[in-house]
Amino acid sequence: MAVQKPLTPAAMDALIAPNVGMTGGLMRALHALQAQAGHIDGAAIPRLAAAFNLTKAEVKGVVSFYDDFRDAPTGRHVIRICQAEACQAVGARALTNHALDRLNIALGGTTPDGRITVEAVYCLGLCATGPALMADGQLKGRMDAAGFDRLAGVQEAEA
Amino acid sequence: MTRIYIPLDSSAVALGADDVAAEVARLKPDATIVRTGSRGMAWLEPLVEIETPEGRVAYGPVTPADVPGVLDGSATALCHGITDDVPFLKHQERLTFVRCGIVDPLSLADYEATGGLKGLKNALAMAPEAITDAIMESGLRGRGGAAFPAGIKWRTVMQAVADRKYIVCNADEGDSGTFADRMIMEGDPFHLIEGMVIAGLATGATKGFVYLRSEYPVAQRVFAGALKVAYEAGLLGADVLGSGKAFDLDLFMGAGAYICGEETSLLESLEGKRGQVRAKPPLPALEGLDGKPTLVNNVLSLCAVPTILAEGAAFYRDYGMGRSTGTKPFQLAGNIARGGLVEKAFGVTLRELVMDFGGGTRSGRPIKAAQVGGPLGAYLPEHLFDTPMDYESFTAIGAGVGHGGIVLFDDTADMAAQVKYAFDFCAHESCGKCTPCRIGAVRGAEVMDRIIADERRHENIELLTDLLEVMEDGSLCAMGGMTPVPVRSVLRHFADDLHDVKKGA
Repeated sequence: MAVQKPLTPAAMDALIAPNVGMTGGLMRALHALQAQAGHIDGAAIPRLAAAFNLTKAEVKGVVSFYDDFRDAPTGRHVIRICQAEACQAVGARALTNHALDRLNIALGGTTPDGRITVEAVYCLGLCATGPALMADGQLKGRMDAAGFDRLAGVQEAEA
Repeated sequence: MTRIYIPLDSSAVALGADDVAAEVARLKPDATIVRTGSRGMAWLEPLVEIETPEGRVAYGPVTPADVPGVLDGSATALCHGITDDVPFLKHQERLTFVRCGIVDPLSLADYEATGGLKGLKNALAMAPEAITDAIMESGLRGRGGAAFPAGIKWRTVMQAVADRKYIVCNADEGDSGTFADRMIMEGDPFHLIEGMVIAGLATGATKGFVYLRSEYPVAQRVFAGALKVAYEAGLLGADVLGSGKAFDLDLFMGAGAYICGEETSLLESLEGKRGQVRAKPPLPALEGLDGKPTLVNNVLSLCAVPTILAEGAAFYRDYGMGRSTGTKPFQLAGNIARGGLVEKAFGVTLRELVMDFGGGTRSGRPIKAAQVGGPLGAYLPEHLFDTPMDYESFTAIGAGVGHGGIVLFDDTADMAAQVKYAFDFCAHESCGKCTPCRIGAVRGAEVMDRIIADERRHENIELLTDLLEVMEDGSLCAMGGMTPVPVRSVLRHFADDLHDVKKGA
């Protein structure tokens, strides 16, 4: 289950403060916020800007540069399917198409019930045992259509 | 009391190693289960090894249902005999991966018992000049892909005068088909720590960072654990092994940007900024992190260092061929029967790796291509597979060894789709700083869409060739500068997939 907890301003500040003055502090603070809240809430931007003596635009620029940092909540579960060459060579494109057809969403999209988000990831380092994916932080190798359906609880959801 | 070894490596865990370990613990509560790194035989993962008087006996791939048969020895179909005698392992030349998969990654005692810290202890008795001379004499070249002589970089940082210097380890292993950095950080993390401390002694840096990609949660957990052990044991901190010399090391997580594997982009990211490439000069060796002299080396470059200091520069240099000295951890990936990690001296041929070690395609279909060196590497047809894996031989065929990843494709691969992907990937990952990369990648993808749709195919292939020249000559870094490499390789070797009639471009 992906974490989706709204943070109070005080909770945000408590996560930001220990990273001020550290090398790469803004990146560390963003990781800390996202680990707790599941995404970077817009309300955190001015607090980050003030803490690191940056403009809000600079903070937003960093958030938007990195694939990991999101500015909106995901579904309750996040499945990231590897799209890179080693997984392509063993059927990642077909697996991805199957997943998106099954859930009737586009890559990067979330099911209308807010249950599952499917997104691309470019390499999980499981290149000899693909197709690979990461489901709520858990790594899975040699994945196939049936394995995806079990993982995504597709049958269960349709019943 | 039986000792049973089960990997904690990502590739094993992704195939159920944790469930297997739980089942072993349930059925044989008196056994000692040691969670190791991976031996690198990915097709056998999860690999379970049982200690016997003759050596460890390997079973794999093991599911929880197989565990009773593995424990009583009746699962003969899964048994591969003594692990060290499996041909895939027996014919390797492991220096960097010498203990990966064998030891408990977080046991410093295991590390020392298998030759660890010998290089560091030698280095502590040497002057910085002598350490950098050893790296220079070993012929070590950057293992991340650029193959720059490591000794020159080390000497530049050593000679730089500054109040602070840094060692930065590039563990942003983003190339598809590569997983050696991940494996060593999961299976033998003290090896990297030792290499970095030695680099600190040589250059006068007292602070190091490991920049690790966020897609590697297991490596993050194991390496963070190793840092804690290393501090407690005095391997890191104010007084390294009682020498009076200081070295601090910190783990820093990336956030899903391939470009941060480029060293200047990595440094920007490590400063907490957008990972945008810097123009060089100034070289990071002179003005790197926070403007201070910074040694940026790949995980595997730093992991070659303990061996060089322990056994001598000549020992390491005697492996390999020509100007490609030492060993290289190659990674067999994609559609391959026996995928995994093969460490060999430079000079082994691509065919030996893909066929003798790898066993050809996993699907059993004919081979179409091997992409060597990640997304910026060439697609090579089988008639070039006798090329020796060394930097110069690969340059001569318009390819590169890169980080040593080899992705095999069978005859169902559509090379036009692979070219389209090369541009899409570049468009997605470009940092946006220079125009040829930022715009060129998008234009390339558009041109490929037209070629695939058979719209004025020949004119568009000409346009594509022109675009490649602009990207190669005009891009600030290898992202835009080398995206043309896979594209050109397809134009040269797989033209039929792009042209409808004539061959060659």
